[in-house]
Amino acid sequence: MRELFESVGIWAGMIVSSAGGMALMLFQAIMWMFIPPLKVRNIFKQMEFVGVKSLFVVVLTGAFTGAVMALQSYNALKRFGAESLVGPTVALSMARELGPVLTGLMVTGRAGSAMATELGTMRVTEQIDALYTMAVNPVKYLVSPRILAGVLMLPVLAIVTDFIGVVGGYVVGVKMLGINSGVYIGRTVDFVKPNDIFDGLIKAAVFGLILSLVACYHGFNTVGGAAGVGDSATKSVVLGCVLILMSDYFLTSVMF
Amino acid sequence: MIKITDLKKSFNSKKVLDGVNLDIEKGKITVIIGRSGEGKSVLIKHIIGLLKPDSGQILLDGQDITKMTERELNEVRRRFGMLFQGAALFDSLTVGENVAFPLREHAGMPEADLKEVIKEKLRLVGLKNVENMMPADLSGGMKKRVGLARAVAMDPEIVLFDEPTTGLDPIMSDNVATLILDTQRDLKTTYIVITHDISLTYKIADKVAMLHEGKIVEQGDVEYVKSSVNPILRQFVEGRAEGPIKVL
Repeated sequence: MRELFESVGIWAGMIVSSAGGMALMLFQAIMWMFIPPLKVRNIFKQMEFVGVKSLFVVVLTGAFTGAVMALQSYNALKRFGAESLVGPTVALSMARELGPVLTGLMVTGRAGSAMATELGTMRVTEQIDALYTMAVNPVKYLVSPRILAGVLMLPVLAIVTDFIGVVGGYVVGVKMLGINSGVYIGRTVDFVKPNDIFDGLIKAAVFGLILSLVACYHGFNTVGGAAGVGDSATKSVVLGCVLILMSDYFLTSVMF
Repeated sequence: MIKITDLKKSFNSKKVLDGVNLDIEKGKITVIIGRSGEGKSVLIKHIIGLLKPDSGQILLDGQDITKMTERELNEVRRRFGMLFQGAALFDSLTVGENVAFPLREHAGMPEADLKEVIKEKLRLVGLKNVENMMPADLSGGMKKRVGLARAVAMDPEIVLFDEPTTGLDPIMSDNVATLILDTQRDLKTTYIVITHDISLTYKIADKVAMLHEGKIVEQGDVEYVKSSVNPILRQFVEGRAEGPIKVL
């Protein structure tokens, strides 16, 4: 029994310590964003890494998600003779939920793990210590650009996922299942309001913050050589995905 | 120039530094020797403010480094250069960008002048036409040289060397030793070297200090070390398994 309490205590201590560490890192990263000189080159480099280089994976994700949504919703709606609602179902699902969430999860897998690995390697090979010795703050140089890139690029990627998802749904709904093209587009435009898209983009920005902060925190605090780097990458992906899904529920309950 | 007084540091319950006292003289090469795991790297990280001690002082020209804020430390760190054990080159940057890194961050030098300085610093460590190579393409010895070029790029007053010959073959080790001597003569800089390489120590040291069980147990010039009868120092420099130093 005592061992059980000890384990729970250690586990709770680790959670509190990680949460505190992440909050402190976020505070420092935001503070450094406003202290010149800005690391503009680093910020653009990270925006390219998080945004441009994730484009292919989110296009594929969006296209197939939209397509499968059209297929599933058609099968369900056909029973009520409401096939014309396939378009809005796909578009609303993509804009409000699937676009931001799937983008967040896919970018966590691709860019979040890479961030944690890169920073973890820099930690164990003393490159982060080298920054300190050259009077360069590693949070300003490494963390702030990554967090900024995550927050700025996730909404852009989510828009792409939304759009490609709608296109995927259109191809399946209109070209394969025979829904009238005018009805499909008209109904979609009628039902989807700008706020649906806007709220989805806010979610995406929050997910961008979560995935980049979690990855930077774990990468930055890596210990124990190559195994430690692998461990940091795994933790950043698992915790990043879980936090994205948890925060999605709370954001949705506040927004809708 | 640097006066270390009664410096203590423990990690969890393990005492690593247990009252280190040491004076580092300006413009000289001080070599700190000791077994692996004796806390040499911990000591050098205290000198540049990467670690805070549990107690004790490190005075740099009368200012206590251990009491400084991060902002004050950043000012002090501009007076330092450091060559890390694995060189710690930024692997996403080219060799030229690595050497230019501190200059770009702090010197505000025009790009045209920067290119000349990079070439000059690389020439100083015996390298030519490597500016566009990536660190991954360099041998261990070349990495150390580039690391040294980066460490002296800002013409620091003090350069710290963390095991400069570890992982190098004997010929390259001797080459690095010569490089350390030559650059120190050229730049008249204070060098602090931590190592367990005795031939390097004999070749470059103006002063040798031995760290053992968290304390400086012996210090003096090379001749003193060679003639010392201190059994701990004798066992270490002669590389014997038998003696007062216990092999675990």
